[in-house]
Amino acid sequence: MSAPIVEAVGVSKRFGGVQALTDVSVAFGPGEVHCIVGENGCGKSTLLKVISGAYRPTSGQVVVDGTAYDHLTPRQALSAGIEVIYQDFSLMPNLTAAENIALPGSVAGGRRLYSRTAARTLAERAVVRLGVEIELDIPVGELTVAERQLTAIARALAHEAKFIAMDEPTTALTWKEVDALFAAVGRLKEAGVALAFISHKMQEIFSIAERVTVLRNGAVVTSGRPDEFTHASLAETMTGRGSQSFDRVAPRNKGRAPALKVTGLGRAPLFADVDLEIGQGEIVGLAGLLGSGRTEIAEAICGVKPAQTGTIEVLGRPTPINALADAVAAGIGYVPEDRLTQGLFLDQPIGDNIVATHLPARRGFLNSRAIERRKARVVSDLRIKLGKLTDPVRSLSGGNAQRVLLGKWLVGEPKVLILNGPTVGVDVGSKFDILGVLNAQSLQGLGVLIISDDVPELISMCHRVLVVRSGRIVRELSGDQLREDTVVAAVTA
Amino acid sequence: MANQELLLVGLMVLLILGVSLKFPDFFGLQTLFNVLTASMVGMLFAVGVMLVLVSGGIDVSFLAVGILSAYATVKYGPQDDSAVVVFAISTAIGLGLGLLNAAVVIVARTSVLIATLATSSIYLGAMFAFIGGEVISTLPQPLQTLGTTHLITVKGEVRGTTSLNVLILVVLVVCVLVWAFLHFTIAGRSVFAVGGDAEAASRAAISVPRTRVLVFAIAGAVAGLAGIISVTLSGRADPTTFMGRELDTLAAVVLGGVAIAGGKGTVRGAVLGVLLISLVTASLVPLGIPTIWQRAAVGALLIGGILLQTAISRRQRIRPILDAPAPEVTNA
Repeated sequence: MSAPIVEAVGVSKRFGGVQALTDVSVAFGPGEVHCIVGENGCGKSTLLKVISGAYRPTSGQVVVDGTAYDHLTPRQALSAGIEVIYQDFSLMPNLTAAENIALPGSVAGGRRLYSRTAARTLAERAVVRLGVEIELDIPVGELTVAERQLTAIARALAHEAKFIAMDEPTTALTWKEVDALFAAVGRLKEAGVALAFISHKMQEIFSIAERVTVLRNGAVVTSGRPDEFTHASLAETMTGRGSQSFDRVAPRNKGRAPALKVTGLGRAPLFADVDLEIGQGEIVGLAGLLGSGRTEIAEAICGVKPAQTGTIEVLGRPTPINALADAVAAGIGYVPEDRLTQGLFLDQPIGDNIVATHLPARRGFLNSRAIERRKARVVSDLRIKLGKLTDPVRSLSGGNAQRVLLGKWLVGEPKVLILNGPTVGVDVGSKFDILGVLNAQSLQGLGVLIISDDVPELISMCHRVLVVRSGRIVRELSGDQLREDTVVAAVTA
Repeated sequence: MANQELLLVGLMVLLILGVSLKFPDFFGLQTLFNVLTASMVGMLFAVGVMLVLVSGGIDVSFLAVGILSAYATVKYGPQDDSAVVVFAISTAIGLGLGLLNAAVVIVARTSVLIATLATSSIYLGAMFAFIGGEVISTLPQPLQTLGTTHLITVKGEVRGTTSLNVLILVVLVVCVLVWAFLHFTIAGRSVFAVGGDAEAASRAAISVPRTRVLVFAIAGAVAGLAGIISVTLSGRADPTTFMGRELDTLAAVVLGGVAIAGGKGTVRGAVLGVLLISLVTASLVPLGIPTIWQRAAVGALLIGGILLQTAISRRQRIRPILDAPAPEVTNA
């Protein structure tokens, strides 16, 4: 391998009492995609933040183009051509996408004057280079999660970077956009750019990586070429335990009222004529491209943006749903798409988040003993890794935060649980746990609707998959038709 | 122009037309000059407050900074030097006090509201303790001259004359400078970035402390200038002039569409907010409504302005997803 462009040498990082990284050394060579993999909380994101200058390492150095830094500042890093696509995007919500894309380069370059047209041109070029479409002239806060992700990616491509690190850049994207991203990655490789890539999706890792480094508990476990691993061996190295799978048991819903029955649901101009039925104990998938209306349908069922026409029945009882509160009262739980912003009070304690929607009370007074019992049960049932129940949710890794969100809904013992991208941004180990919890819940009669891009996941979990296109359910796949190729074909047709 | 600003302009037009229907004299240069004169000091304060709000924080020390700067300048400053020097001294004191504000916010890692609440009390206390509290009614000669130097004077239809002081030009220049700073400099865009998300801004290589220092320095300097202009226009230096009027400026700025949560605001909005409030006050007089109702009117406008902001932020783009014809449904 030729001389690395960016190298972390013996990097350790402590946060208070937590050792996030221990003596990590990783080198990123030109024209090479280097995947950093590991479970949530293994230190991948921390490593990237040390390299980008956002964190100062406790010990160790970052070497950029042969120059060693004990403490790189974000400005030095950007000036040296280091770009990081953060997991949380790190965009300014009040600025337009164009400005978000252009501003960091101008700041790092020590420029004094700002020109909106120049910023627009730069941003447009970056977006074209990426091969996608983003609304450049409205505040980023008004964009969808996917558009924000694309903005963050475009920002990294806007400047002549020598090293680009991508922290789970594909979780919010559809296959089409992922293809565009991978094509851009290919061009960057040819241009000699070094790339670090963090992902939980095995297919992505194996299709894109030249080199894979596995982190566990903040230390490098192993590093090698992807052909030295199999999916199973990589998962095993990451988790430290053997690979697992679960059995799908057919739901016994003969003679029982469906958990959820939706008839003729519509809301112009988003979706129309939506009929679907989820039996008790049945897991149904809702597949569709981003912008196909899949999220809108889910949000209508759970009352976030109610439907204009159609009826909804829970356990055979017609239930008009005009607000989220109606849905909760009827026993419909909804785990939203953007776990970081929509579902949790990030700065509030983990325990309080768990019981936020369902507080046990007697005559208007909170029953604190019952509350503590519920918190403890959810934490042990879902195996949430945490310091104290009073720590803020923000202190948790992505997968554990997702479990808190899931736990919050299971506390209320819903009849139907609607999950939008339940394992987005979740590592293999946690993913298995979450799917396991859903599986166990469905056996107890819970009806589950999973909205997901992850086709292997839908196939392994669901009894049936409904395909959404242009705001309508166009296909239902079950039994032998539940194969990866048929689902992908139905969705993209 | 943002919707809210258009609405302010619309309200002002309605108000002018409404009052003019009853009192045709109201529609004239006299009203214009009265409103502008009443707004001059407020506009400067509002621009400073707006700047701090955009960077993410509510500054309540601007009036203390303004009056302390002006009062100290009048009391200890040169008595016969040119007005430019006097103005420069007051502006410089304001800048220094602004830097102190920034130091407190950055070192104590506290919210701007708490920090400036504290410094505001300290500034006022220090003024009364060390400089004095008596009204100075004889200003330095150059300020007296400046106070009566008018850009334009018009004769009233019925009685007397109305004049527009030349200092309106200073106010305009400051507004234009701050506007240009916010829109055409990287430092100005950084103010928006920090107000939008300070963490993300720092990852984008923006120095958050440096941006805050800059914002408070400018806001302090503008407040110092506003203070001395107020003294010049009124012909006296009264340390109690602005006491308890902070919320009037904040109300004007919020009316102008500047977000309390930070990251959003324009010079134009802040200026329009101040003008609207001055116009409301000016309209109450010919209508024979006691001026005590002015504050209630401002309060009502403020609630209206906030409701509007909420309504605007709730409005979302809806992209149509449905095709016109229904696709063929194939159930397997």
